[in-house]
Amino acid sequence: MLEYTEKIRETARKLLEEGKVEAFIGYTKGTVPMMNHPVVIRDPGKADILHWDSNCALNLCNYLTKMKGKIGIIANGCNSRNIVTHILENQVSRDQLYIVGIPCKGMVDHRAVKRAAGNREPEEVIEEGDTIVVKGRGFEETIKKKDVMQRNCLVCTHRNPVIYDEMVAPSVEEQKEVDQFKDVQMIEEMTSEKKWNFFTRAISKCIRCYACRNACPLCYCPTCFVDESRPQWVGKSSDPIDTMTFHILRAYHCAGRCTDCGACERVCPVGIPMRQFTKKLNKDALELFSWEAGLTLDQRPALDTYRPNDYNDFVR
Amino acid sequence: MLFTKDDWGKALEELRKSTRILVPVKEGDLHTFQPLAEKGIPDWNYQNTRMSPKALVYPQSERMFEYSLGEGDANAHVLKESSKEYKPQAVVGIRPCDAHAFQIVKLNFDNPEFKDPWWVKRHDSTTFVGLGCNEPCSTCFCTSVGGGPFGKKGLDVILHDLGSRFLATSLTAKGEGFLAGLKGGQKAGEKDIAEAQEMEEWAGQKISGKIPTRQLKDKVVNQLFNAPFWEEVAFSCINCGTCTFLCPTCWCFDIQDEVLGKEGDRIRNWDSCMFPLFTLHGSGHNPRDKKTQRVRQRFMHKLKYYVDKYGNGVQCSGCGRCVRYCPVNIDIRQVCELMNNY
Ligand code: SF4
Ligand code: SF4
Ligand code: SF4
Ligand code: SF4
Ligand code: SF4
Repeated sequence: MLEYTEKIRETARKLLEEGKVEAFIGYTKGTVPMMNHPVVIRDPGKADILHWDSNCALNLCNYLTKMKGKIGIIANGCNSRNIVTHILENQVSRDQLYIVGIPCKGMVDHRAVKRAAGNREPEEVIEEGDTIVVKGRGFEETIKKKDVMQRNCLVCTHRNPVIYDEMVAPSVEEQKEVDQFKDVQMIEEMTSEKKWNFFTRAISKCIRCYACRNACPLCYCPTCFVDESRPQWVGKSSDPIDTMTFHILRAYHCAGRCTDCGACERVCPVGIPMRQFTKKLNKDALELFSWEAGLTLDQRPALDTYRPNDYNDFVR
Repeated sequence: MLFTKDDWGKALEELRKSTRILVPVKEGDLHTFQPLAEKGIPDWNYQNTRMSPKALVYPQSERMFEYSLGEGDANAHVLKESSKEYKPQAVVGIRPCDAHAFQIVKLNFDNPEFKDPWWVKRHDSTTFVGLGCNEPCSTCFCTSVGGGPFGKKGLDVILHDLGSRFLATSLTAKGEGFLAGLKGGQKAGEKDIAEAQEMEEWAGQKISGKIPTRQLKDKVVNQLFNAPFWEEVAFSCINCGTCTFLCPTCWCFDIQDEVLGKEGDRIRNWDSCMFPLFTLHGSGHNPRDKKTQRVRQRFMHKLKYYVDKYGNGVQCSGCGRCVRYCPVNIDIRQVCELMNNY
């Protein structure tokens, strides 16, 4: 996806020069392999620091919350869906935005790359089309990108942005016939006890740093329930029950809104698979309401609308 | 003392009967310090633990006091110190940056004016057996902040990994006691010591980057505070706890009461200057309610306030954890340079 970089720079420069936007949000290359750095640029002369590769897997929509003025932003499939959600939830308005669409070919899981390199330290990670070359002290490994792709990207069915003002390249083919919820089904088939054990184990290393919450554009409440101390909705210690409460509540707050962008999982410093919570709710939203978050501006999200004549009888 | 790695393992196994031994253990993708046991198999080839070992002395959550709210209770509303354990423990294989970090935070927890009794007791019952770094990571900058891959600060014993053998050198009386308690091993020869020396030099050279910190102390606090770069530095920050919770030199805590029925606990938990609750006043006012202010606080504390207050360099041991794991790649090495050169 490196080839998009030039076009992104060119577009940002033009937009800033012509005054179509005051600020442009994108990524610049990070100081550590596979870690890119979100930036906002206001000076067209700085457009050349912009960068794009398969490690741009945060969710830039996060930075739009309550931002003022005309903003240019790059958005791949999932990020664009969060932008739609943001607009529907009045966090930013459509006419403030100039969206530069990115047809996405999937993001690389930095943990999988390290595993593939035998847990040796990657000092340089070079992307060449469908392969990734990892170099470190005394080793060089060539890996197929599809073997180290983020799990959410492997099952992504909306790689092309759903909303944009201009595209950096022609659309990519969407992945068809992916089994999106195989992992959720496996958990659904467990007994309650097994489920509890599965999730308890999954979060056992959580340090309550809240990177998962804060990386997510959906979490913009002025005061999160975990940060409230009067009353204390949830204990602040590392007690496992409090940690579980945090995870379950966070997931529920994302119900019908999560785009499975994977930012939460990517940023966790200890590798907690917390998408297993949100994915179940995504599956429910799809099965019960035929709803996938952020696909259109023309329909209210499943959980903020109600019809007395709903065809689902559990609603009535 | 010189041990073959086999003998070293056996000696620790033997010692574990009387002392709690903590060693780096690989769990999934990351390493943590775990009590040496059948399952806690040490991995001496590790780079570093994901979480710093600060929790071994200063747990993330610690019950300080207990109390009862039962009016009929004779001791109602009286704080009682919770029982705690201070069994001797040895952290074996700790990296020099992390041992140095304990010295950096000691100035806060254990000084002539204030003593944190729990930190002090746990620190004093711990023996730090360091493992020098033959292969420093690309993000390490210990040599810029007063340490080094074979730095001795905060260590009781230092180990040199000589391939199939460990050279163990005691640095304090505590360290001597530790080595005396180990079975096996032999006196190191001159050749071994020379080999270790060579290793040290070689490792030091591998840390190429030098982060400038010399001018920080001469800067005017308010000028740095009001520097124009903070908005830009902070833009991408998501105000999470990654940098501060992983950091061996971040020491801030919060105290919270938790009550169940009539029983209450007073708990202290790690806090982070990145969190909104950190400076929230009882009145509801928050003097640091914007992310830029919080980001500035983190860097000003580490790289200016600490420097000025203690005259002991920066509050950072160069372990590089925040550099590697900050999800948005805010790199303290760059910020330090910005501040130093401002
Ligand atoms: S979820 Fe889809 S759009 Fe988002 S990064 Fe992955 S492949 Fe791209
Ligand atoms: S919960 Fe995670 S996957 Fe879902 S939108 Fe938020 S960051 Fe993305
Ligand atoms: S990012 Fe990871 S460690 Fe931090 S709160 Fe979320 S799950 Fe826990
Ligand atoms: S600097 Fe990085 S790790 Fe620290 S709070 Fe900000 S985003 Fe999180
Ligand atoms: S500030 Fe960063 S590099 Fe310095 S001691 Fe803390 S985690 Fe390590």
